[in-house]
Amino acid sequence: MKHDVILRVGVKLLLPFILLFALYVHYHGDYGPGGGFQAGVISAGMIILYALVFGVDRAKRIAPEWLVERLVPAGVLIYASAGLPAMFAGKNYLDYTIYSHDPLHGHEWGVLLVETGVIVTVAATMTAIFYAFVDRGRSA
Amino acid sequence: MELFTNAVLLTLLAIVTVAIARQRSLFGVVILSGIYSFLMASVLIVLDAVDVAMTEASVGAGISTVILLATLHLTKSIEYPKPRNTLLPLFVSVFVGAALVWGTIDLPAFGTADAPIHRHTTPRYISDAQDHRIAPNIVTAVLADYRSFDTMGETAVIFTGGIGVVLLLKGRRRRRPGKTAGEGMS
Repeated sequence: MKHDVILRVGVKLLLPFILLFALYVHYHGDYGPGGGFQAGVISAGMIILYALVFGVDRAKRIAPEWLVERLVPAGVLIYASAGLPAMFAGKNYLDYTIYSHDPLHGHEWGVLLVETGVIVTVAATMTAIFYAFVDRGRSA
Repeated sequence: MELFTNAVLLTLLAIVTVAIARQRSLFGVVILSGIYSFLMASVLIVLDAVDVAMTEASVGAGISTVILLATLHLTKSIEYPKPRNTLLPLFVSVFVGAALVWGTIDLPAFGTADAPIHRHTTPRYISDAQDHRIAPNIVTAVLADYRSFDTMGETAVIFTGGIGVVLLLKGRRRRRPGKTAGEGMS
């Protein structure tokens, strides 16, 4: 699939900014709109846009299929294990206050940890679904 | 000004909905539903629900449009011809629509602050958020802090859904090994 040179160069210029915006939405989720879910979808959208213009094979060189499919459960594990330290310290599961002496900072760290789990699962799931659809279309 | 914006957006939403219902080509339906999602995202911004608007724009208009187009590539992209007997479907949709409207009569008026849903746990969320003990964005605080267990369940739901789709589409096709070829590709 050969596309217009303007489209290819334009997309190449856009990609880092899309990723930057996704990371901004992720890390700034405590203060601004957004969070792990939105950031995950946006970063998956970056890979999908790259795949649409440059082909899925080149997209799979950036985000290999085996890695994407392993990241889907890894995010859930990150989320679930973010609550374990509090449990071992004798507090409730998913109590964030143990991450720092200052409760606000503890909450921020905790939220960041679980949102990391969310962004990993969401981005990987969206990309995996996209790959699955595209591969099915090729083999059929 | 807000009334004007709402009126324009909701009129456009209605137009797009009618266009989707009248459209026979599924490619057109997918594109129109992408437009619908963008309009819906604008409506959500007017309602000050920026988090939801962001999700609607990225998932509804972005990824699901691409996925639906990929689905069209796998299946046929023309809808079946119109059924002759439209009386029963018309009755069912009018009945269900009327029932939904009837159900909304008992709801509290739009935007009232003392509706039951705003008096249960919400005041505590807001006052605690102002005390700066949690993340200042209350939506994030509610999602990842107060209702952390729910969000963990949601993440597990996304995981389950994704694994299900991947298994369905990529699972080994044992039956009809030769017949699946040429099924799609319209």
